[in-house]
Amino acid sequence: MIKINGTQIDATELPLLAYLEENGYNPKRIAVECNEMIVPKSQYANCILHSGDVVEIVSFVGGG
Amino acid sequence: MNNDTFMLGGKEFHSRFILGSGKYSLELIKAAVENAGAEIITLAVRRTNTKDTENILDYIPDNVTLLPNTSGARDAKEAVRIARMARELGCGDFVKIEIMKDSKYLLPDNYETIKATKILADEGFVVLPYMYPDLNVARELVKAGAAAVMPLASPIGSNKGLATKEFIQILIDEIDVPIIVDAGIGKPSEACAAMEMGAAAIMSNTAIATARDIPAMAGAFKSAIEAGRAAYLAGLGRVLERGASASDPLTGFLRD
Repeated sequence: MIKINGTQIDATELPLLAYLEENGYNPKRIAVECNEMIVPKSQYANCILHSGDVVEIVSFVGGG
Repeated sequence: MNNDTFMLGGKEFHSRFILGSGKYSLELIKAAVENAGAEIITLAVRRTNTKDTENILDYIPDNVTLLPNTSGARDAKEAVRIARMARELGCGDFVKIEIMKDSKYLLPDNYETIKATKILADEGFVVLPYMYPDLNVARELVKAGAAAVMPLASPIGSNKGLATKEFIQILIDEIDVPIIVDAGIGKPSEACAAMEMGAAAIMSNTAIATARDIPAMAGAFKSAIEAGRAAYLAGLGRVLERGASASDPLTGFLRD
């Protein structure tokens, strides 16, 4: 299981870039954190998520 | 007034109105930014939903400096994580530290804020910490590398005005970095009063977002902040302890 934005995904291995593309994320507008470490945009293509990884995908929203 | 600027993180700003972008529709943000004349806009960082086709960045003019906040952080560690994610979003290295433990009063945790300020300033961020106005804490924040200090006027989103006025004045008088009054300012007159006191800038969101006419209120705040700044620069007239002082000559009366 891989946890992405709080949801468990049933997978043992998951290429990050493929996941982002399949789910319609715009890489220019997001930041990705894996196990509390930033994944630089330049590394999206090389990053493979593994079972147990905890991933956050964030973007800007309105706020004070 | 054109030469009256202030510096944050090596950048020069003319506008002293920092506008929040929360709680109103994306369509209104552009008009609000324009009417506010704002050069700095605050944003929040949240988990993103792929169903969201619109992004707030598409509605903010390019020349505006983005100031992401760390709202949602409950301690320094979470604030540092959010700040790093905000920087990775690729819109500069300004960050407003916002750390709250309770959801009823939303008061900032000054102690955790000092810790986060130190870590992020050391990582090269331009750190603007939101804080409860306490002189000792403000000094620690400056020592930790804060580019400005952002004391609250009253609880976030309350529109209650300058409840902490005396303590903000102490910060203005004693702290050498810009003092940006944040949170609780509800009316243009209150923004003006804070500027008359010598605040470097005003940060406002809810007062604008909950107004009947959002772009018009942004314009009203702009005028008030400019008026308050001009008054501060002009030097306010003195206040008498007691009694009165005639404005008219005390000679030449029409009597013998």
